[in-house]
Amino acid sequence: METLELEKIASQVRRDILRMVSAVNSGHPGGSLGCADFLTVLYFDIMNHNASNFSMNGLNEDIFFLSNGHISPVWYSVLARSGYFPASELGTFRKLGSRLQGHPSTDKKLPGIRMASGSLGQGLSVAVGTANAKKLNNDKSLVFTLHGDGELQEGQIWEALMYAAANKVDNLIATIDYNGRQIDGDVDDVLSLGNLHAKFTAFGWEVLEMDGHNIDELKATLRKAISMTGNKKPIVIIMKTEMGQGVDFMIGSHKWHGVAPNPEQLENALGQLTETLGDY
Amino acid sequence: MIEFEIFGNKDTRSGFGEGLQELGQKNPNVVGLCADLIGSLKMDAFKKENPDRFFQTGIAEANMIGIAAGMTIGGKIPFTGTFAIFSTGRVYDQIRQSVAYSNKNVKICASHAGLTLGEDGATHQVLEDIGMMKMLPNMTVVVPCDFNQTKQATIAIAEHVGPVYLRFGRPVMPIFIKPDAEFVIGKADILIEGTDVTIIACGHMVWKSIEAAKKLEAQGISVELINMHTIKPLDAAAILKSVSKTKCVVTAEEHMINGGLGDSVAQVLTRNLLVPQEFVGVNDTFGESGNPMELMTKYGIDTDNVVEAALKAISRK
Repeated sequence: METLELEKIASQVRRDILRMVSAVNSGHPGGSLGCADFLTVLYFDIMNHNASNFSMNGLNEDIFFLSNGHISPVWYSVLARSGYFPASELGTFRKLGSRLQGHPSTDKKLPGIRMASGSLGQGLSVAVGTANAKKLNNDKSLVFTLHGDGELQEGQIWEALMYAAANKVDNLIATIDYNGRQIDGDVDDVLSLGNLHAKFTAFGWEVLEMDGHNIDELKATLRKAISMTGNKKPIVIIMKTEMGQGVDFMIGSHKWHGVAPNPEQLENALGQLTETLGDY
Repeated sequence: MIEFEIFGNKDTRSGFGEGLQELGQKNPNVVGLCADLIGSLKMDAFKKENPDRFFQTGIAEANMIGIAAGMTIGGKIPFTGTFAIFSTGRVYDQIRQSVAYSNKNVKICASHAGLTLGEDGATHQVLEDIGMMKMLPNMTVVVPCDFNQTKQATIAIAEHVGPVYLRFGRPVMPIFIKPDAEFVIGKADILIEGTDVTIIACGHMVWKSIEAAKKLEAQGISVELINMHTIKPLDAAAILKSVSKTKCVVTAEEHMINGGLGDSVAQVLTRNLLVPQEFVGVNDTFGESGNPMELMTKYGIDTDNVVEAALKAISRK
């Protein structure tokens, strides 16, 4: 898809995120805004997937797992705008009886979601399992994941990193939302990840880096990652992003990790983002 | 006279190993995962016959549960194997989110449950696992009583779609379930019919309860013995049918009294039919190192404890 088109979709996704969290005065806008460009590119330009006929097993489709489930608003918006379910349903986010739970779940059968997430650190293991199943099924499609950088503080992530390299899980592309922020402040202050690139390399992964807000670079890096699959090594992309990207008073601050804008702030924020596909 | 044909003596974990081996031969979707305890879990045969469907995860149980959950996406039926303590407490949140809440078709197979793990001591003797697992929505909890039943249960849970916790153990015990017996998840076995007291037991305590029933019979007491191999969903109909006849109950389990089989039975009784109930189980304490049978005696889950509990329950009618 043309870069201009992807930018238009991402702008609408950001509007959706803000309107969703503001309507219920809860949810996680910061990381959601930061990953809007990535998920837009992934779903509209990179993955082979079937939005109109969702199947849990996803045979011969690329599969995505959101391991940092708290940024559900961006995923819900991208899923809806991709055609998994009507965009109007975004208005039910976090409300009683909604299929759009605060954190993604499978029990309400929202198309597009194959695994609950929210408790951090579990998605990479799950993705490794699905990648294994694809190999057993002789299914050549790929598994993609997204993780928060703060999430890497969970030990299970490193179990999965070790396992995937040792077992040559080479049909898996993990992406790290490297925004440097978590609830209590900067990742470096809370618990530094140290030299992340070197750690991934030492764990036996192919490591790429990309700017999470440059659509052309996202497209090129993800394509490069795909070209590197099947080479006996798992692939991880460290994606530099800004929490709150797209809204001037939110950008770069951990304060909007889990706080929704009030109506006045929402109006200000929406004024900075073009409505391109029609608000839900 | 209470008599059971004995088909030899074996450990229940070996029943799991044989059941898994059979599944490997007849169901291509069954996959095995183990966290560095292949020998202890008796998964060797499955691994040898199906190297491409066996996944050694190393000492990383959380990752193993996650991988198992992920493998269901694509239609696989993962059987994870490690000790009961590492199958539950160590990975509770992984099971809760990625298996139970996500309702994935994972079979969590747990050996060395309870005190009868023996000499390794309390760090490894989980007595809370039935409680942890039965509290999870979507989870089925199966605790078979001997080698044959563990084999039958292993094969049966592959046909059930949804998360299952299968609990078995290490000690060599008599085999008294027929090799061709039918195992139905959620349908209790009435092993002995009687009129004075209902004993409801699971796992190794079923054999202890058979021994207790013989001792009670010698005293002129008629025991009805229910092998409650499925803790959840619980066969409430079988309990109520028996208790409406005997008017008192003993539950017996190699588990904490808090949160175990006895709790589940009590819930059925308090809602439907109030009768005296006595609980044979471990009473709010950790275990210790020792010989398995000595431990059962010391911690109050031996044959004589079942006998005493039965007499007490009868006296409270």
